[in-house]
Amino acid sequence: MQGGPLVRFEGVSKRYGGDEAIREISFELARGELAFLTGHSGAGKSTVLRLLALLERPTRGRLIVDGEALERLPARAVPLYRRKVGLIFQDHKLLPDRNVYENIALPLRIAGLPEADIGRRIRPALDQVGLLHKERALPETLSGGEQQRVGIARAIVSRPPLLLADEPTGNLDPALSAEIMRLFKRLREAGSTVLIASHDLSLIQHMGERMLVLNHGRLQA
Amino acid sequence: MTITVIAIALALPAGLSQGLDRIQHWAGSWHGQATQLSLFLRPEGTDAQAAELASTLVQRDDVAETSVITRAQALAELRRNGDFEAALGVLEDNPLPPVVVVTPTPTEAGALTRLQAALGEYAGVDTVTLDREWLRRLEALLSVGGRLAALAAVLLGLAVVAIVGNTIRLEIQNRRAEIELHKLLGATDAYVRRPFLYLGGLYGLAGGIAALALLWLGGLYLQPAVSELSHLYGTAGGTPDRQMHPPALGVLGGGVLLGLAGAWLSVRHHLRQIEPT
Ligand SMILES: Nc1ncnc2c1ncn2[C@@H]1O[C@H](COP(=O)(O)OP(=O)(O)O)[C@@H](O)[C@H]1O
Ligand SMILES: [Mg+2]
Repeated sequence: MQGGPLVRFEGVSKRYGGDEAIREISFELARGELAFLTGHSGAGKSTVLRLLALLERPTRGRLIVDGEALERLPARAVPLYRRKVGLIFQDHKLLPDRNVYENIALPLRIAGLPEADIGRRIRPALDQVGLLHKERALPETLSGGEQQRVGIARAIVSRPPLLLADEPTGNLDPALSAEIMRLFKRLREAGSTVLIASHDLSLIQHMGERMLVLNHGRLQA
Repeated sequence: MTITVIAIALALPAGLSQGLDRIQHWAGSWHGQATQLSLFLRPEGTDAQAAELASTLVQRDDVAETSVITRAQALAELRRNGDFEAALGVLEDNPLPPVVVVTPTPTEAGALTRLQAALGEYAGVDTVTLDREWLRRLEALLSVGGRLAALAAVLLGLAVVAIVGNTIRLEIQNRRAEIELHKLLGATDAYVRRPFLYLGGLYGLAGGIAALALLWLGGLYLQPAVSELSHLYGTAGGTPDRQMHPPALGVLGGGVLLGLAGAWLSVRHHLRQIEPT
């Protein structure tokens, strides 16, 4: 591992057609840091995460993750880069025809891990999200909160240096949302670097964590 | 559904070329048996001369059998054809020469032509004809049949590629969300492609197995008729039953290759369009 910040935005802009979704954004995330990315709907939160997941390329500026300049990364290097980023989605994106174990095994299979190692990795991940007893359940038999925890287990199972969550509590009631946020804090304590996009100010204001506020594509001081 | 269509597309050309092989095999065995040379003596030749010539010729190594058609037999044969009745009535004498019919030992064309020339040298022989025209025609027909079978194989092969390609396209559409998720989780294009290629190969293999079943059933249905024919023509020294077995490895291998090709084309075209957003 290298020293220095894990994530570094240097004057990054992203333009869709004529509109700039984010403008001249600069910030850093230290290793092991947890930060909330917030702002009104359409402020550019998802765009920041999509740039970090290499789902988009910046129009201008430099974007460095773990020492790699993303704007220069060739297309064939993208799959390998994405394995270093754990993604958590508002709608979980679980495969409905596979049980919890198989859903969580997906990133490990993609990374080509031997089956024995896969088995050894899944239980700790399930334990971290408190779903050890649900290994064989199909996603549709789980509650919304449980499904989101399976999504989080899938994101952390390959122990990526960076975790990105886009509105992870968007479909959950306040009590379940608070529980998911506490889970992210525990993950940070376990060493992960976490960036969570959420427009739910009332929820994150009480978390006592760093907040990055976007307003019409610009980062507020 | 896909597998049934593939099976038919594979079984048709395989069955066709098998049938042609079989006919070719028979035609080969007829070569020796059905080919005969007719030696027409000069008009003044007598039946006795013909009989003497016949017994001389039968001693040659390249002659298996001889027989004589006497002047009277030749006339009777012609009469039976009816049309010549009136013309023959005008004639006082029998104008037909006796004929020595020779069954040769060799069967290949070159040796037969040499034998034909040699027989023409004997005293009293006017012309020697080789009764092989019909065999030439059959062979020409078989070669057209062979080309048709090859053409059918190519066209139906393309059909298999198209059918598998289309099935894989639908499969890709159905699993769009899964493909996007795999790419989000860092799957390479090769990793995403692989199961669809396997699926295409499997469709081809399953179609090939079904095609073999169809060919086997067709063989069962045709077997009595084929045995009867073989028996009638006394197919010599052959192993007729073994030849009815379809080219199993060819059908299976062809199915797998065509299935893979269809899947590959489809995957190349349709997977590229799926990128996570
Ligand atoms: N694929 C896209 N094409 C065009 N415009 C887009 C696209 N994605 C986002 N935008 C625009 O960029 C701006 C920021 O969007 P987004 O990052 O999704 O905001 P947020 O996640 O904060 O709600 C919005 O104005 C949105 O309409
Ligand atoms: Mg958003």
